[in-house]
Amino acid sequence: MNPRRQKRLVAVTAFVLLLGGAIGAMLYALQQNIDLFYTPSQLIDGMGKDKVKPEIGQRLRIGGMVVKGSVRRAPDSLKVSFDLVDTGPIVTVEYEGILPDLFREGQGIVAQGVLVDATTILASEVLAKHDEEYMPPEVAEAMKGIKHVPPSQLYKESDKGQQP
Amino acid sequence: MWGSMFRWLDPYAKPETLYHLCGRLLPYLMALAVFTLVLGNIWGLAFSPADYQQGDSYRIIYIHVPSAIWSMGAYSSMAIAAFIGLVWQIRVAQWAVLAIAPVGAIYTAIALITGAAWGKPMWGTWWVWDARLTSELVLLFLYLGVIALAGAFSEAARGIKVASLLAIVGVVNLPIIHFSVEWWNTLHQGATITKFAKPSIDSSMLWPLLISLSGFALLLAALTCLRLRSQILIFEQHRPWVRQLVESKNGEQN
Repeated sequence: MNPRRQKRLVAVTAFVLLLGGAIGAMLYALQQNIDLFYTPSQLIDGMGKDKVKPEIGQRLRIGGMVVKGSVRRAPDSLKVSFDLVDTGPIVTVEYEGILPDLFREGQGIVAQGVLVDATTILASEVLAKHDEEYMPPEVAEAMKGIKHVPPSQLYKESDKGQQP
Repeated sequence: MWGSMFRWLDPYAKPETLYHLCGRLLPYLMALAVFTLVLGNIWGLAFSPADYQQGDSYRIIYIHVPSAIWSMGAYSSMAIAAFIGLVWQIRVAQWAVLAIAPVGAIYTAIALITGAAWGKPMWGTWWVWDARLTSELVLLFLYLGVIALAGAFSEAARGIKVASLLAIVGVVNLPIIHFSVEWWNTLHQGATITKFAKPSIDSSMLWPLLISLSGFALLLAALTCLRLRSQILIFEQHRPWVRQLVESKNGEQN
């Protein structure tokens, strides 16, 4: 390789490595701020090595699995409350509004809202987070015993059930 | 060592040779791209089974996933061309940067738009500033930056050099896009097929996805050939071989 090319090679490589290193260091420093949401255990036990806990009244996002059997709907309004869990602690989310199609017990969700006390969040927005698995309904039923019914059909069926 | 390893590539650094090579490859690439795209998408959109959770909405992956993967694939090839163009000063490699950039930008835009259209019914929102979505948006801005910088100088060669430098630096963003779903809590789900494990998608849905993936790759290659040919003609228009080419084309028509 001739010296001029070698010089350019070294210059370009050094430039890219330096800038890459700078961006890497920046992202490392920002690591906790890039997370979209707290998990329930991060919310309760604190986050990172300093165990930083969010303050009451703080706006935040929480993400976790909806605990089975924890969804309580108000009979006369759109108010709903449910519990979220990841590995241990449980956080309660209160929300008024229409839940996304994929919302169901056992489903991962992300809620944005205000922390009203240590383990309760008043959510203004609930988003469904789903996993990376794709399969036809028959396969899901055989493998996991899951039969997912979309909310629209669920209510139709329960309406039918109420009518004698 | 480097010299002998890549010696066989030397003839293709000559614009005229590369122009004719691209011309020979183009019809095959285009035909294969159209065939695989039509096959993969019709199979995926009409014949593969619906998902157990998402129903028919999941079918957007037959467009979203290939365009997202190849938006990154196009970027890495553009950066490799930029690197070769900068260090070895090979002009056709510099022109390849200009040829790939708009195609990659469109792929990125397709990935972002289809993702948003899918996110609204599934997540409940068009857009959220999570790490995966934001880093993919940064990729779009990198492409636009490369295109803008290349055209921002009155002296074309200078513009290409600066744009190439940006293209190479932007490579830092590629691992961030790929690993964002592992490094941080994101709303976007993890990798389904681009991982060293069994794909977490049923084979009846995987096959059309793989065909669609190869279709988007072939289309990228075909469009790059097409654009590289016109870049070569633009930059070489004063050369005798281009004049001869134009005259022989005109002769055929008359």
